[in-house]
Amino acid sequence: MNNSAIKSQRTIDIVNQGLHRRYRAEHRFRMYGIIAIAVSLVFLALLFIALGVKGYSAFWQTYIKLDIHFDREVLQQASLATADYQSLVKNSLRTLFPKVKSRRDKRQLYGLASRGAAFQLRKIVLNNPQIIGRKQSIWLTADDDVDMLLKGHIRRDVPEDSRRLTDKQLAWIDQLAAGEKLEKRFNKTFFTVGDSREPELAGVLGALMGSFFTLIVTLALSFPIGVASAIYMEEFAPKNRWTDLIEININNLAAVPSIVFGLLGLAVFLNFFGLPRSAPIVGGLVLTLMTLPTIIIASRSALKSVPPSIREAALGVGASKMQMVAHHVLPLALPGMLTGTIIGMARALGETAPLLMIGMVAFIVDIPANLTDPSTALPVQIYLWADSPERGFAERTSAAILVLLAFLITMNATAVFLRKHFERRW
Amino acid sequence: MKKVLIFLLAGSRITTIPITTYAASARNYISIVGSSTVYPFATVVAEQFGKTTPYKTPKIESTGSGGGFKLFCAGIGVEHPDITNASRRIKKSEFGKCNKNGVTGILEVKIGYDGIVLGNSKKTAPLKLTRKEIFLALAKDVPDPGGAEKLVPNPYKTWKDVNASLPATKIEVLGPPPTSGTRDAFVELAMEGGGKKFGWIKAMKKKNKEAYKRICHTIREDGAYIEAGENDNLIVQKLDANPGAVGIFGFSFLDQNTDKIQGSFIDGVQPTFEAIADGQYPVSRPLFFYVKKAHAKVIPGIQEYLKEFTSEKSWGPDGYLSERGLIPMPDTEREKFKSDVASMNTLTLVK
Repeated sequence: MNNSAIKSQRTIDIVNQGLHRRYRAEHRFRMYGIIAIAVSLVFLALLFIALGVKGYSAFWQTYIKLDIHFDREVLQQASLATADYQSLVKNSLRTLFPKVKSRRDKRQLYGLASRGAAFQLRKIVLNNPQIIGRKQSIWLTADDDVDMLLKGHIRRDVPEDSRRLTDKQLAWIDQLAAGEKLEKRFNKTFFTVGDSREPELAGVLGALMGSFFTLIVTLALSFPIGVASAIYMEEFAPKNRWTDLIEININNLAAVPSIVFGLLGLAVFLNFFGLPRSAPIVGGLVLTLMTLPTIIIASRSALKSVPPSIREAALGVGASKMQMVAHHVLPLALPGMLTGTIIGMARALGETAPLLMIGMVAFIVDIPANLTDPSTALPVQIYLWADSPERGFAERTSAAILVLLAFLITMNATAVFLRKHFERRW
Repeated sequence: MKKVLIFLLAGSRITTIPITTYAASARNYISIVGSSTVYPFATVVAEQFGKTTPYKTPKIESTGSGGGFKLFCAGIGVEHPDITNASRRIKKSEFGKCNKNGVTGILEVKIGYDGIVLGNSKKTAPLKLTRKEIFLALAKDVPDPGGAEKLVPNPYKTWKDVNASLPATKIEVLGPPPTSGTRDAFVELAMEGGGKKFGWIKAMKKKNKEAYKRICHTIREDGAYIEAGENDNLIVQKLDANPGAVGIFGFSFLDQNTDKIQGSFIDGVQPTFEAIADGQYPVSRPLFFYVKKAHAKVIPGIQEYLKEFTSEKSWGPDGYLSERGLIPMPDTEREKFKSDVASMNTLTLVK
């Protein structure tokens, strides 16, 4: 008896001695977890800060205030739509700087206003023809070089031939700024027009509508087909070698690189079916093929997670198999299915490679109005702008990425809300 | 089972007919593909055209000259592109493929010249190279440094090895991939221009053209030449970060980034607008686009687009394209192509 009492004391001692090490190890393990989360958050913060710092200036655009004389002679020579509005802008600039004489200097002077300023005047006159013959001060878009200078992206201290703006132009810009004729305003153009070669006239609306139409098609096709396939495979299909083969193939398809789907789309949808190139409907079909495996896999796990007691209880009170699946199992599995759908949609929103093969990587200015108009998508627009040499596109690329992220967060928030709404606990 | 399959097959074919007729009747915009070098210029003209005429803005894809010809020569029909841009002339094989697929009646239009620049960061001094030195620095096999008339794998590691007056920095050149028309033009103008300076290589042109082309056009693969893709912005950024490297790109990119990069002297000539325009700068190539005459009758707006492109206010010396870095053609050439467009002269290849 003495021996066993001594022995049990020693076990307690051993345990007590090791306790400190165990607590320290557990504490370290918790710290590792916290450090891992902190590192991820730091990288996420770095991403947002880098994008924000580079892109926030794109939301402001420099405007120049010009006194425009809507000369009746110029505006009656031809029809109003094709009159020479550029000469109205040129006249106004010459009036502001009457000492500019040589042809070269005049060209530099005219370069201070954007090429789109003439079209802005045309819009004003077409909307309001009574303005012909009058004088008015109008804020017009300034050229992207002026914009870049005011935002500090063009350095003044380098020699003249290393700069986009000449010394004379710098002097004129300073004079305009002193006369309060240059102002930075909110860049509404960015959200209301499509692509352009001039950075000050470029916007994301065309790409946004293209992405929107493409995702509508993707959602409308992939969600019903994916959910129906998952329900069939989980509830109704027999368990034999064929269904195993199908399951393996679906799992593999989820890992196929996305450009393969683009090649498939080119061969089948464009060459065989003859659908129009660069249309959102083709983009939607290609992205449907890409998202289906993700949705099927997520829906199947959601269905598997519904407890068998629910199914048996439904069958027990007399429901048919179809009623059991539709009224009892499906509503409970819906949150998981929505999660899978949103993961698939988010991936589809960011894809560029499959769209390359079907022609959606192109310079398209007009805003698409329906599913068959040629269009691009938001990630494609970002890629095209990143490739352009003009300095103004560098900040617009970051701004477009921010818009893409906002679009994504909105989509995810909707899905999370829907999920919470349908969630049921047992 | 068989009946179901036959029914499905028939059904799929039937559904394609209304879709294709729908697609066929629906295209009211111009579809353009082709070179990434001509892309910046064609897009400006397209945007101007879209804004000043009631027609829709043309859709322009940047597929590369080779990729553009492949799509262009696939056939006649609304599902095929109307115009292809190219930074080199159409090859005989591509022209043959076009004819085979029924694409006869092609109009060739030269739009101007583009200089190819070997640029480096402004943080170091500009390089003064000759085409011979470029060939020795970049070719895969070079003439034996000992003087014998045979080829050895390229032994030069630094620019000083090639020519003692050049700096002792490692040869590191960032350039376009083999799919790029810019690379085709670079090997033809700069490297072949340098290879020809060796008498025995030049003599080989008459005896064995295949071997001559192989010697002059093959670029070394041991890491000194790095394929930096088509993204010229990326090349400019890399040059800024690595002052010892040299990049190959078009003149328009140099023009937009004069505060960061400078062009090297080639054969004593600096790449400026004037030097390229009057032909002094040796590495410049013409840019083209090709139009299907059959499409010009069907797709609305093609004639007006051609008129806009060939007008003085776009491709002339004071035009908006030259502001973007396109070197305009001399007056006589501009007149010639303008009248070609007006009368839609078909291209006949005499090579």
